[in-house]
Amino acid sequence: MTTFVLQLATLIGAFAFVWGLRLLSSPDSARRGNILAGVGMTIAIIATLLLPMEGAPNNYAWIFGGMIAGGGVGWVSARRIQMTAMPQMVSIFNGLGGACAVVLAMAELIAYYGGDNQMATGQVVIALLALLIGGVSFTGSMLAFAKLQGLIWDNTLTLPRHNVLNIILLAITLGVGIYLLTLGNGPLANTLAYVFLGLSLLYGFSFVIPIGGADMPVVISLLNSFTGLSAAAAGLIYNNQIMLVGGILVGAAGTILTVLMCEAMNRSLLNVLIGGFGGGGASTASAQGDQVVKEVSHNDAAIRLFYSDRVVFVPGYGLAVAQAQKVLKEVDDLLEANGVEVKYAIHPVAGRMPGHMNVLLAEADVPYPKLLDLDDANAALSDTDVVVVVGANDVVNPAAEDDPGSPIYGMPILRVWDAKNVIVLKRSMRPGYAGIQNPLFFHDKTNMLFGDAKDTLSKLTEEIKTL
Amino acid sequence: MESVYAFFDQYYLLLFLLLFTVLLGFEVISKVPTVLHTPLMSGANAISGVVILGAILLIRQAAPDDYLTLGLGLLGIILGMVNVVDGFAVTERMLVLFRKNKKDG
Repeated sequence: MTTFVLQLATLIGAFAFVWGLRLLSSPDSARRGNILAGVGMTIAIIATLLLPMEGAPNNYAWIFGGMIAGGGVGWVSARRIQMTAMPQMVSIFNGLGGACAVVLAMAELIAYYGGDNQMATGQVVIALLALLIGGVSFTGSMLAFAKLQGLIWDNTLTLPRHNVLNIILLAITLGVGIYLLTLGNGPLANTLAYVFLGLSLLYGFSFVIPIGGADMPVVISLLNSFTGLSAAAAGLIYNNQIMLVGGILVGAAGTILTVLMCEAMNRSLLNVLIGGFGGGGASTASAQGDQVVKEVSHNDAAIRLFYSDRVVFVPGYGLAVAQAQKVLKEVDDLLEANGVEVKYAIHPVAGRMPGHMNVLLAEADVPYPKLLDLDDANAALSDTDVVVVVGANDVVNPAAEDDPGSPIYGMPILRVWDAKNVIVLKRSMRPGYAGIQNPLFFHDKTNMLFGDAKDTLSKLTEEIKTL
Repeated sequence: MESVYAFFDQYYLLLFLLLFTVLLGFEVISKVPTVLHTPLMSGANAISGVVILGAILLIRQAAPDDYLTLGLGLLGIILGMVNVVDGFAVTERMLVLFRKNKKDG
């Protein structure tokens, strides 16, 4: 009877995960979905704690000690984290999930090699997979965290021919894993299991090293799916359905986001992993050499915005760096007060993780119906008086549409030049992450407003207030 | 080959579950709008904390003097629990931002 109730509880928990994710399909129901998934998790944990196990020592003191320590850390960090730091936090906790799967797989393997339990070859394969995927996810995520936090500069650790080295390293890792399987049980296999773990950890590190900058959203998504897969593998080892379901759902979420991010940059995953935009755009850059850009004064820009009917902001990563979301919202409020319709065009790779810009703007109290995605934004742009590009570059580069020689050719972009006027807020004429020149800056409709995004926007608010 | 058959036999239902969850997962998650992709990721972090269940089972079955297993299990529980609590709490924080804006807008 007890077992039945607890099994039923686990079933409800798994259902709650799926239904909770389903409710994430709209911002209105999303919060209920998150709570539902949380309830499902709580039910699953309680059921696992109470599950009758004949002769099991239980060791509840250890369990509750761990839960209190982990729960405390989780709670405090969730309360303290800044929204701008969300990519870092997701990375680090993602890595912890992978580490947890590694620990579980390792515990099983240690018991197996120590002769304490039996494992069929299939189970050893899954345990090794959990080690590999979880290990890659752990060190990869930690490195991604360090990069996002600015602790490590992109590319500083890249070795010559890094991609070739990565492939060799992966081949060695897989080779050791397969050799390990043929050995069966024994002291050598036991040692090699540690070697395999070490190589997996090293590979995770080495795999993320060459990737950086605008490719971070892809990496974070990919690592997220790895963590899910390692959790699912751990679920297979423990013959636990809800771990399998949870892991697969996370794996699916990560995979979908990875694909979406790659599509948003018109690059294959392989291309992202091999890393970096090459020098393909050199010809384009030189052709633009002696064109002139038009500048606009703060006062002029303010007047144009103030007397428009429709304004669209295109925020990019530069906005988040300058922490200028709140000032941008002030400009928005002032314009709205004068009857100007203000919208935001959000490119899928704006920010440093999928959907990051939406959260940053939501935090600055921008209502989400004002946030337009790529297709809606492009439909709205032709009917817009002034577009203000803040800290975005490659996502508004017309070369993606009309210059087949450009490295970003084919990338879906925001067609800001469809609007009547474009104002680009930019620190300097330095090219964006892709290192390519942006013909938008020389476009007839474009006016440049140089300076730090936050400063410039503050000056704009002052000017608008005087109008 | 024998071991493959045995494995398949043992895990038959679980493999079914795996296959259908993959399909279901893709179906459900592809409906999540762009606006909510960051909460989706932090929520996924929380759900990946489900590995804590394995750690709980590990500790419950460990001999009270098997400190290696207990230690690994403890580490697993801490890592998993951090994910669960932080994931759900931070997702809630973000989703509140979206809801609050709805009323204003």
